Amino acid sequence: MTRGVATAAAVACLATAVVLHASQASRFPAPTVDRPDILYIRSGATMRRLALDYDAAAADAYWIRTLQHFGRERLAPPGHERTYSLLYPLLDLTTTLDPYFTIAYRFGAIFLGEAYPGGPGRPDLAIALLEKGLKAQPQKWQYMQDLGFVYYWHLQDYPAAAAWFKKAAEAPDAPTWMAPLAAVTLAEGGKRSASRELWQQIAKSEEPWLRDSAIQRLLQLDAMDAMDALDARVRAFQQRYPDTPLSWDALRAAGYVRGVPLDPTNVPYVFTPDGHVTISRESRLWPMPGQTPR
Amino acid sequence: MHAVRCVAAAVFRESVRDRVFYNLVLFAVLLVGASILLGQLTAGQDVKIIKDLGLAATSIFGLFIAIFVGINLVSKEVDRRSIYPLLAKPVRRSELIFGKFCGLMLTLLVNVIVMTIALYAVLAYLSHGVPLNVQQGWDAPALDPALLKAIALIYLDLGVVTALALFFSSYSSPMLSAVFTLALYVVGQFNTDLKQFDQIVDSPVAIAIGKACYYLLPDFSKFDVKLAVVHGLPVTAGYMMSTVAYAAAYVAALLFGATVIFSRRDFK
Repeated sequence: MTRGVATAAAVACLATAVVLHASQASRFPAPTVDRPDILYIRSGATMRRLALDYDAAAADAYWIRTLQHFGRERLAPPGHERTYSLLYPLLDLTTTLDPYFTIAYRFGAIFLGEAYPGGPGRPDLAIALLEKGLKAQPQKWQYMQDLGFVYYWHLQDYPAAAAWFKKAAEAPDAPTWMAPLAAVTLAEGGKRSASRELWQQIAKSEEPWLRDSAIQRLLQLDAMDAMDALDARVRAFQQRYPDTPLSWDALRAAGYVRGVPLDPTNVPYVFTPDGHVTISRESRLWPMPGQTPR
Repeated sequence: MHAVRCVAAAVFRESVRDRVFYNLVLFAVLLVGASILLGQLTAGQDVKIIKDLGLAATSIFGLFIAIFVGINLVSKEVDRRSIYPLLAKPVRRSELIFGKFCGLMLTLLVNVIVMTIALYAVLAYLSHGVPLNVQQGWDAPALDPALLKAIALIYLDLGVVTALALFFSSYSSPMLSAVFTLALYVVGQFNTDLKQFDQIVDSPVAIAIGKACYYLLPDFSKFDVKLAVVHGLPVTAGYMMSTVAYAAAYVAALLFGATVIFSRRDFK
């Protein structure tokens, strides 16, 4: 057999295998099973040993898995029960393998604190993760700032939030706006203006993902202002036409709104069963702070 | 010295003939592929991850070359019976051992230099056009010269592995040499645990053995500053100097040991 014939035979056989594989895949598709993610090793100490001196590269691999797990759960189809069960174990592994992985702590805290179904709604774990980061880098003011945010936004514990902002302000290299932030939080904790100020500071962050998160929060605050204003109009409408069913068309016909009001992401607001204006579940801004629709 | 140079050059030429440098193609494909994919997978951490990946790949590719070429340096000559004409020439056995070591270190040096250039090129590509305020948020600049410290220590690490492989190869079969070298490399990662043996056992003898092993076995964790460098943490000149001295002493001890064993071998 000549070399040319052998090469042609090899190429032909490979092409046949590819065609068979493709036809089999279309004729006998694999059943789509909603399998849970599996994490074989959960101990950071064990993984650190197994990784030898490639712990940083292993941390990167776990970080990519964390993002994929979070994204997959968050964007899962409606039939899938979102558990985010591996989110904290993956973040714990990542940060044990690389204790200086700043973004894993900061984004991890955002992911963990996010209300269900956008996240697991576990601000307690967000706090644990950031405190772990502070053990590795005790002077990292960004972690203290993030802790302040978790207490402020998710737990509405304003004195604790102010205490963390104050601590962050005292850290070396802390920006000058951190000290006034602590004062504002303490004086106006819970007020929307104070909250807006906090997120506006985060929106100046150098990290695009943090900026995006802050922009989302600022849009939610805008929506909350708009919902308050619309609620006042709805109350007025209901007082004047108590027997008319509530709808945007009815409000428009009565001159209370000009059209169907849209939230900052251009999705129409909807009514709650008790007649309040709220964000649609179709909106990118849903769930709003305080909404935990498990 | 002339004989050492000749042996080293022969080892280098043989590495080229054995297509050892083909691993560079794999390294380049890995880095370029990762740089394209990572931007979408890592939430803006592509520069950090490329640094980690580049350093880890430099180390692991070098490790495979050091072990699998190193274990054959002496045994191949014996198996091919080329050791007889070689020893019939005016080459001392010590020169043969040192020459073999230098030849493989030259191969590894070329390998590491090309990988370093490729890593910096990919980092330059990734950081190109990134706004300054985003770059200021990075722990260390993309084209951080401190990466060279980690790469230098990786090279030293490979030097000790090569010396170990050569040491075992001077009296053992390639298979056993590979097992011994790899085992010592793994044990050397956990050397610090041996020092803390007294915290888990009470026996003074066991503690003494643990301490002795701690001091005698190579401590490979010394050469790992990858994490520190990637995060912009300081690696002092003093640390670098003492690690260089440690590696030099350990390599010298292994090469002299290999020379002693090899000198006692009877090839009749």
